[in-house]
Amino acid sequence: MSGAEYDTNEIMTVTAARRLANGTVCFVGIGLPSTAANLARLTHAPDLVLIYESGPIGAKPQVLPLSIGDGELAETADTVVSTPEIFRYWLQGNRIDVGFLGAAQLDRYANINTTVIGDYEHPKVRLPGAGGAPEIAGSAKQVLIILRQSRRSFVEKIDFITSVGHLDGGNARRRLGLPGKGPVGVVTDLCVMTPDPETRELTVTEMHPGVTREQVREATGWPIRFAAEVNRTPEPSAGELEVLRDLQRRTAEAHRNDSASG
Amino acid sequence: MAQIMPLQEAVSGLINDGDTVALEGFTHLIPFAAGHEVIRQNLRNLTLVRMTPDLIYDQLIGMGCATRMIFSWGGNPGVGSLHRLRDAIERGWPAPLEIEEHSHAGLANAYVAGASGLPFAVFRGYAGSDLVKHNPQIRFIECPFTGEQLAAVPAVELDVAVIHAQKADRRGNVLMWGVLGVQKEAALAAERVIVTVEEIVDDLEAWPNACILPSWVVSAVCCVPGGSFPSYAHGYYERNNRFYQDWDAIARDRDTFRSWMQRHVLDTADFDEFRRLLSESGRGEAVQ
Repeated sequence: MSGAEYDTNEIMTVTAARRLANGTVCFVGIGLPSTAANLARLTHAPDLVLIYESGPIGAKPQVLPLSIGDGELAETADTVVSTPEIFRYWLQGNRIDVGFLGAAQLDRYANINTTVIGDYEHPKVRLPGAGGAPEIAGSAKQVLIILRQSRRSFVEKIDFITSVGHLDGGNARRRLGLPGKGPVGVVTDLCVMTPDPETRELTVTEMHPGVTREQVREATGWPIRFAAEVNRTPEPSAGELEVLRDLQRRTAEAHRNDSASG
Repeated sequence: MAQIMPLQEAVSGLINDGDTVALEGFTHLIPFAAGHEVIRQNLRNLTLVRMTPDLIYDQLIGMGCATRMIFSWGGNPGVGSLHRLRDAIERGWPAPLEIEEHSHAGLANAYVAGASGLPFAVFRGYAGSDLVKHNPQIRFIECPFTGEQLAAVPAVELDVAVIHAQKADRRGNVLMWGVLGVQKEAALAAERVIVTVEEIVDDLEAWPNACILPSWVVSAVCCVPGGSFPSYAHGYYERNNRFYQDWDAIARDRDTFRSWMQRHVLDTADFDEFRRLLSESGRGEAVQ
């Protein structure tokens, strides 16, 4: 235990980063996944291979990208390939160990919505859409999901399945012929959820220090299940927090300079 | 052979009302200057294709240039929504926008099919996604060898591809590097190709595997330094993140958007004048 102070975003990011083992080939979404994956690379997993859908393979950014195709990713990558090649050779070609995704909405089987809130033809809110996620969710050997937990994001029924999790549970993925195992974990600012081995329903297996079951229930739009044994998430170490904060400080500094000088 | 010509001439000579046009770019090398020229020339009824429609598509849609869009992710990268795109889809303003929506893998493969002269693309994808229910162009076929169900989407076939690149030589051969997205595929899937470049040089000094579009697949090369502002041109200038952030407030309101477009695009003669105006107002001092 470090005894260091940290906020809920920090424990979420650190907890997700720890799940990426050194040497893993990780297809990274922008935002929270990219932050956590780079934290992993800068701490326990120096040989983590980061692949971004814009084409960089083996990106080692010193500052976090604001967009999926920032120059920093291309400059620090082992190689930059075209977008068709990323999806055809590297994702479909079964080279990705972990697809690391965010979401706007998630259901109890970790199906992801990033398309619309409301009806597709007459949406209440039109979201950006699929991007690379449907095929990442289908084809990566495993999928890890990170997002902040609330009743708006963890819903009983998502309005649109953009990217598949475990569909309606059980062996639905296998019936559909999906190559990858699908979501193996969901990391939030409150807890870690893991699909039940049989039903594939998300089950709380870890809660962050100080978080209560009541808080988790409050922030979930369905009657959330807890595993028979729920562990406490280990606190972030002082070292992890220092690296994360340095990364975010460098990022803020770099992007402030962008604004001033272009 | 590519003709080297001013951008105004390229747009007026090569893009027609009703065309299917892709102004491609994956965060990098986005052809903003060319998009502005399409708006100035008041082109109408376009079908716009793009994997990642961003601010320039927000502007084209908000100005009523498009009736249809084929895409796979439409947002303001690192900021949030495209408000003009949302207004068109959610409320039909300024005109209804028909959408054909894909995943990146789907649309990237469709571009490859277009460049390859095939009628459709086949790949492993879309299984379990609701996109299949809403886009009748996404279908499934059985692999004749293994029986596996694979996704199929029609090829992207363009009247015009518009891209921005770093350099061309005087014969019109085009060189680009960095994040290349689907620009090469878009160019090879099009009847006509407009390329804006940062500079025109005597010798590209490219190595053998560099990404080059030979002059004879390009229709027009236009020298527009800074022409992908506020996106970036690797080796020339960085992304102007502040403009992307500022755009959110400009585009949120219909009247603010309209008056901004009037003043900055319709009332300016070209991209140089647009850039000068922006730097006077304290934005966009980015491009050297």
